Amino acid sequence: MTNPFTAALIFALPLAVILAFVALALIERRRGGNVGAPSFFQRNGTPVAIFLIAAVAFWALVLIVFPQLYMVDYSFHPKLPQIKRGGPEDLYTLENYRYFLFGSTQKTDHWNTTHLNAFWLTIFVSTIITMVNFAICYPLAYFMAQVAKAQTVLKLMVLPVIPYWINEILRAFAFRILLGTGGLLNNVAIAAGLIHEPIDFIGHDIALYAGLTYAYLLIMMFPLYNAIESLDRNQIEAARDLGAPWWHIHLFIVMPFAKPGIASGATLVFMLCAGALAAPLVLGGPKTLWFTPIVYDRFFQAFNWPQGAAYAIILC
Amino acid sequence: MSARLIWKATLGFYIALFFGFLFGPLVVMSVTAFNTPSYPQVWPFEGFTLDWFAKLYADRNLMEGLVNSFFIGAFVVALSVPLGLAGAIVMTQIYSPARSLYYLVVVSPVLTPGVIIGISTVIFWKDVTELSGAQSLFNGMFLATLGQATFISAYCMLIFLSRLQRYDRVQEEAALDLGASRTQVFFDILLPFLRPAIFSAAVIAFLSSFENYNTTTFAILANKTLTTVLAGRVRAGTTPAISAMAVVIIGVTVASAIVYETVKRAELRREAARARAG
Repeated sequence: MTNPFTAALIFALPLAVILAFVALALIERRRGGNVGAPSFFQRNGTPVAIFLIAAVAFWALVLIVFPQLYMVDYSFHPKLPQIKRGGPEDLYTLENYRYFLFGSTQKTDHWNTTHLNAFWLTIFVSTIITMVNFAICYPLAYFMAQVAKAQTVLKLMVLPVIPYWINEILRAFAFRILLGTGGLLNNVAIAAGLIHEPIDFIGHDIALYAGLTYAYLLIMMFPLYNAIESLDRNQIEAARDLGAPWWHIHLFIVMPFAKPGIASGATLVFMLCAGALAAPLVLGGPKTLWFTPIVYDRFFQAFNWPQGAAYAIILC
Repeated sequence: MSARLIWKATLGFYIALFFGFLFGPLVVMSVTAFNTPSYPQVWPFEGFTLDWFAKLYADRNLMEGLVNSFFIGAFVVALSVPLGLAGAIVMTQIYSPARSLYYLVVVSPVLTPGVIIGISTVIFWKDVTELSGAQSLFNGMFLATLGQATFISAYCMLIFLSRLQRYDRVQEEAALDLGASRTQVFFDILLPFLRPAIFSAAVIAFLSSFENYNTTTFAILANKTLTTVLAGRVRAGTTPAISAMAVVIIGVTVASAIVYETVKRAELRREAARARAG
C-alpha cells in the first residue's frame, strides 16, 4: 500500500481538475445569463445523463487515470515482501531507476549496458521500421487514393484486413517457418545452389525486423490513404501543367497535404513497434535484446514488480 | 504510349509484391498444417495429413484457453461498447475548454503500449481488492476484461464519434416538438441512428479482445486465454499443430469478415433506400 498522502493525491488530483472545470462551466453559464443552451441534465434527460457521467467517470478515472498514476507511484517503492509494505522500510526510492542506468540498486560506478543498449536499439530500430513502412505504403496509398477507380479501391481495402485480424503470435510464427534455419527460404536457397549453409536469420534478428515490418504495415496504410484521398486532384494537375517533375509533386504537394495522416500513421507504428512483445518473444534469437521482453522478465522471472513498473514508465 | 505501359507494369508488379508480402507468410504457414513432417515444412511436401488438426482438438489447455477467450471477448464487448458510446456522446457535449484534456485522456490508451496497460491494471487492482477485502475479484478473467476494455473502449469511441458527426439534431428537435421526452429521444432516435456503429464497435471490440496478447499476458495472472497458451507453445517449440490453429483462425476470420461486410452493406443499402423514400 502506498502512503496515505500520495494515495490522497492520486485520487484527489483528477477529481479536483474535474471539479475546477465544472465550476468554470457553471460560472460561465451564470455570466451568460443562462440563455438558450440547456444544461447537460436537461439536454439528455436525467437517467441518460446519469449513465453518461457514471460510464465516463468509470472509464476515464478508474480504468485509465488511477492505474497509471498508481503505477508511477509504485515504481518509486522498493521491492518488499507483502507484510512489510506500508511499514517503516517502505520509503520513496530511486533504486529501480538506478538499476536501469547502472545495473545495481546501490552502486553507480558503471553503466547497465545490457539494458541501456536494448533500450536505444529498440528506439532506433522502431524508427527505421516506421520509415520503411512509410516507404512501402506511400506509393500504394497514393495509387489507391488518387489514381485507381473506386471499385478497385474497395477490393484492395477489404483484402488486407484479413491478415490484420490474425493474432500477432501466429503472424510471428509464420515468419519463423519462413526464415528459420530449416525454413522455406533456406531450403529453397540451398536447393537452388545459392548457399551451402543455412543462414541464421533468427540469430541475426533479421526475422524479427521483417516480422515487425509486416505486423504494422497496414497501421501505416489506412491513415495515409485517408489523408491522401481528400487531396483535390486539380492541385496535382495544376502542378503538372506548370512543369513540376513528379518528385516535386510528391515532395511539395502531396506530402505536405498528407502531413496529419503521415504523422498519425508514423506515431502508431512507432509506438506499437517499441511496445511489441509477441514478435520479439517468438522471433528473437538468444542474443536479441528488445526492451519490452525485458520489462516482461522483470515481472515474471525476477518477480520484481516495482522494478517492472519503473521499466514500463521508461518505455513510455 | 510505351512509357505509360511500363509505368503500368511497374505498378502492377509493385501491387503484386505488396500482396505477396502480406499473404505469402500466411499461405506458407497454412500449407505446413497439412504436411506430414513434425517440423513445419512447406517444401518438399511429403504427404497430406489432417493429424495436426486432431492433435489440436485433443489439446486440453488450448481448448480451455479458447473458452476463456470467448468469455473475455463477450465481457469486453458488454463493457466497451457502452463506455465508448458514453465517451463519444460526452465528447460532443463537453464544456469546450475541457475538451482537449478530455480527448487526450480517453485517447491515450490507444497509444500506450499494451504491456503498460496490463501492468498498471494488475498493480492497481491488487491493492484495491486487498484494501476493500474483495480478494476474489483479483482473478485473471476480471482483470483481463478490465485491462482490455481500457483501450478497446477508445476504439469503440472513435467509431461512434465518426458516426455522430453525421447526426442531424433536427430529428431530435422534431421528436421533442412532438412531445417526446429526452429519454425517449435517446432510445428511439439516437440509438437507432447509431445502430450500424454499435454493430461495428461490437465486432471490432470482440476481435481486438480475442487477438490481444500484450495486455492479457500480464492481466490474466494464473488463468489462460488462447493467445497466452499459443505463446507458450510457440516459444517451447515449433510444431505444425500451431499452423493448424492458424488455419482454423484464418478460416473463421475470413468467414466473419465476409458476414460482417455483407451485414454492413445491407445496412447501408437499407439506409440509402430510406433516405430516398424520405
